[in-house]
Amino acid sequence: MQMSDSREIKASPEAVWAAILNPEVLRECIPGCTEVTGSPAEGFEASVTQKVGPVKATFKGAVTLSDIIEGRQVTISGEGKGGPAGFAKGGAKVMLEPVEAGTRLSYEVEAHVGGKLAQLGSRIIDGFAKKMADDFFTRFQEAVEGPAEGDESLAESGEGGESGQKKGWFKRLIS
Amino acid sequence: MPKDTGIGASSKRREDVRFLTGKGLYTDDVSLHAQAHAVMVRSTVAHGRIVRIDTSAAAAMPGVLAVFTGEDFAAVGGNPAGWLINSRDGTPMREPKRPVLAHGKVRHVGDAYAAVIAETYQQAKDAAEQLAADTEIEELPAIVDMKAAVADAGNRVHDEIPDNLCFDWGWIEDNRAAVDAAMKAAPHVVTLELVNNRLVPNAMEPRASIGEYNPGTGDYKLTTTSQNPHLTRLLVAAFVMGIPENKLTVVAPDVGGGFGSKIYHYGEEALVLAAAKKLGRPVRWTAERTESFLSDAHGRDHVTKIELGCTKEGEILAIRTETLANVGAYLSNFSTATPTFLHGTLMAGPYKVPHVYVNVKAVFTNTAPVDAYRGAGRPEATYSLERVIDKMCRELNLDPFEVRRKNLLTPDQFPYTTPVGLVYDTGNYQATLDKAIELGNVAGFEKRAAESKARGKLRGMGLSTWIEACGIAPSHLVGVLGSRVGLYDAATVRVNATGNISVMTGAHSHGQGHETVFAQIVAERLGIPESSVEIVHGDTSKIPFGMGSYGSRSLAVCGSAMNKAVDKIIAKGKKIAAHMLEAAEEDISFADGKFSVAGTDKAKTFGEIAFSAYVPHNYPLETLEPGLEETAFYDPGNFTYPAGAYICEVEVDPDTGKVDVVAFTAADDFGNVMNPMIVEGQVHGGVGQGIGQALCENTSYDENGQLLTGSFMDYAMPRADDVPFYTVDHSCSTPCTHNPLGVKGCGEAGAIGTPPAVVNAVIDALHRGGMTHVTHIDMPVSPHRVWQAING
Repeated sequence: MQMSDSREIKASPEAVWAAILNPEVLRECIPGCTEVTGSPAEGFEASVTQKVGPVKATFKGAVTLSDIIEGRQVTISGEGKGGPAGFAKGGAKVMLEPVEAGTRLSYEVEAHVGGKLAQLGSRIIDGFAKKMADDFFTRFQEAVEGPAEGDESLAESGEGGESGQKKGWFKRLIS
Repeated sequence: MPKDTGIGASSKRREDVRFLTGKGLYTDDVSLHAQAHAVMVRSTVAHGRIVRIDTSAAAAMPGVLAVFTGEDFAAVGGNPAGWLINSRDGTPMREPKRPVLAHGKVRHVGDAYAAVIAETYQQAKDAAEQLAADTEIEELPAIVDMKAAVADAGNRVHDEIPDNLCFDWGWIEDNRAAVDAAMKAAPHVVTLELVNNRLVPNAMEPRASIGEYNPGTGDYKLTTTSQNPHLTRLLVAAFVMGIPENKLTVVAPDVGGGFGSKIYHYGEEALVLAAAKKLGRPVRWTAERTESFLSDAHGRDHVTKIELGCTKEGEILAIRTETLANVGAYLSNFSTATPTFLHGTLMAGPYKVPHVYVNVKAVFTNTAPVDAYRGAGRPEATYSLERVIDKMCRELNLDPFEVRRKNLLTPDQFPYTTPVGLVYDTGNYQATLDKAIELGNVAGFEKRAAESKARGKLRGMGLSTWIEACGIAPSHLVGVLGSRVGLYDAATVRVNATGNISVMTGAHSHGQGHETVFAQIVAERLGIPESSVEIVHGDTSKIPFGMGSYGSRSLAVCGSAMNKAVDKIIAKGKKIAAHMLEAAEEDISFADGKFSVAGTDKAKTFGEIAFSAYVPHNYPLETLEPGLEETAFYDPGNFTYPAGAYICEVEVDPDTGKVDVVAFTAADDFGNVMNPMIVEGQVHGGVGQGIGQALCENTSYDENGQLLTGSFMDYAMPRADDVPFYTVDHSCSTPCTHNPLGVKGCGEAGAIGTPPAVVNAVIDALHRGGMTHVTHIDMPVSPHRVWQAING
């Protein structure tokens, strides 16, 4: 499946770029992610637990960054093996451009699933992938710029107080 | 007054007592001392090179007894194709080896490349998951689309087959030029491109196998879900494992449906036998439902262009087809016969069409193997033909009923040799058409359509007049055509000393009701109660031989063998009676269970003769052996040709595209009917499957060869509310001329005649609603597709 979208982030392209390359940010922002190790140069190892329809599994796999144009563009590719649940693989081409409000982040995502995920979950995989992408970039946006102003409910929902406190932590770290 | 016993009676299905009370004994119900459990490790990619399989971690897991990979079977034989097809240029088809476990490459999602045997199922399952994690498979581009497969010489399912083509078959090649000329000369030519959707057979009982080996005797036993245990024995023993047939017993106990998918030998059967020998313990395997979706042989999957040349008045002059037939990743046992001799030979239908030419290219793809599924080739032929005739009627503004009537063969034309090589022995196609028109109340259709319209629905009526060739087949003929087996059958009738009877038949009942019907026939012929006859099937150690049940052949071929054995029993009984009654043998007649001397009241009952055969105190021992048991083999003289007319009425919701089948009439000619209730049930089942194909079922692979429909949540089986109450008739009977029972076979009829009737009805409804731009919708005619067609 393929999808694309874009959103504006109230932070400089440099701050957004640094966040994309930070494994801690990835760990915080990938829904269900429990572990990310590695570096942009050598690639990351990630572990993600997700439930797709009837199939729940922990996917372990490598994440690589390619086609890097410093500060402007990167392709993030990953392949996760979920054991008996099958596998998922895909890539997101992320492009940054400066805009008045900060940075426009555009992405084009391509995803494939195989094994039990395809056999049992394909009817919901499009919606699932879109939700994963939406969740990721929403969390990413929050990590970089902090919770939307006046959006108290968003900060309180999600994963409760702890994650609420974390909103915008990356922005605070680098600002 | 209908009969209440014997031939023609609707005797209740005796097997249902055990089926409906949970007392059936299926393969998975068999539990053996010290049994171990096998789990197959299956590919999750459609096409890949096996780089490395590290079995060490899996082998060391708790309870694991053995691990097998393709390497372990590299030295044994492959699972063979049963029918040799030659291409148009005379070259034989390409036959890649089909190993027990994939070796070197995996070729479809679900292709088993390893197996784990453990003390418990859960332990085997855990270790199989470990093994999958310790396996490295380099994924290769998947070959899924047939047109792309034959166009791309570089990407190969089998490295040695450059264009993924199994064969390019022409039928009849010598007639091609004449057909081309007739088509060119035809005043009107109708062209239709259509897809016959791939189906998963979905028997209620998944495949299962248990292997046993006795080191003391060297005997093997395979208990398995098979429609033909002798054929399975031949394949697994002689072709794959190299076991002498006399050292292998194959038992197919109660089997919960097959629809073709359990004709074939599968690798798991060889695996459990090899594992049982290695471990000296029984080894069992049962497929999970998704494994069935992935690894059972699928059905249909044709892409066809059909052209029909005709006069402006609708007289059919010529038919020409080009078909791509998907055989999947490997050749299943009858996969090469299905799209050729079970398909091309039916392309003349029940019509007097002078020129027919069929071209079929069979294509390897990275999908599950495709083989015969209820109807097997004949539904594909019927669908193409009946759809293109319907299109002709619309293009030329002709009445579909009148067009059929104009082109149908008439009773005086039999025996009729078709331009595609068959000889139809008998039939009365007008009679079934008239009967369907009457029972379907065609005259009242306009009124019903108006009533539907008042409710905002579009009502349409579709017709299909179908024929099939079944009861496969004369061995000498199929031998000429490329079959590697004979297609006769066998039966033993054993009269016990007390006069009751055990019949050992080569047919295998997996839902059909043979135990009831075969007993009715024997009881009628011998003048004894049905309850005195027991039908034994499904065990190679008990029955003489048999080619099993498929292609609607059980009654026509196996039943005829049984009937022949009964003839021999009666003949011997006459000899015994002649001695006992002190009369000449030729003066003895047998009727109503009595051997009597013509013109006298002297008689002996069947029971007295049987007793005398086993207690031969007053018996012609010097000229006659004691005992009363006879075996007969029967090789049919021809195919049988059931035919019929189906009328389907649908309502289409123009807002949603939802199609409801609101009425369905099936008028069939099955020849003589042995048990009307069972025949009606067979038609109900077949029509249900036909409606399933037409409206619901589709097997979907994505561009990477991932099966997207691997569960009943994703693969739409027809449900009770998808089908109407059927009107079924089989009174227009022309008995088969060449088998002793005059029977033709009814098992596949519904699945053959139904799909075009449904689709024709949908197109009719849309045309009546003014949507004349819609000339075709591929199956399944889902709401989505209908809506798109309406709004396209």
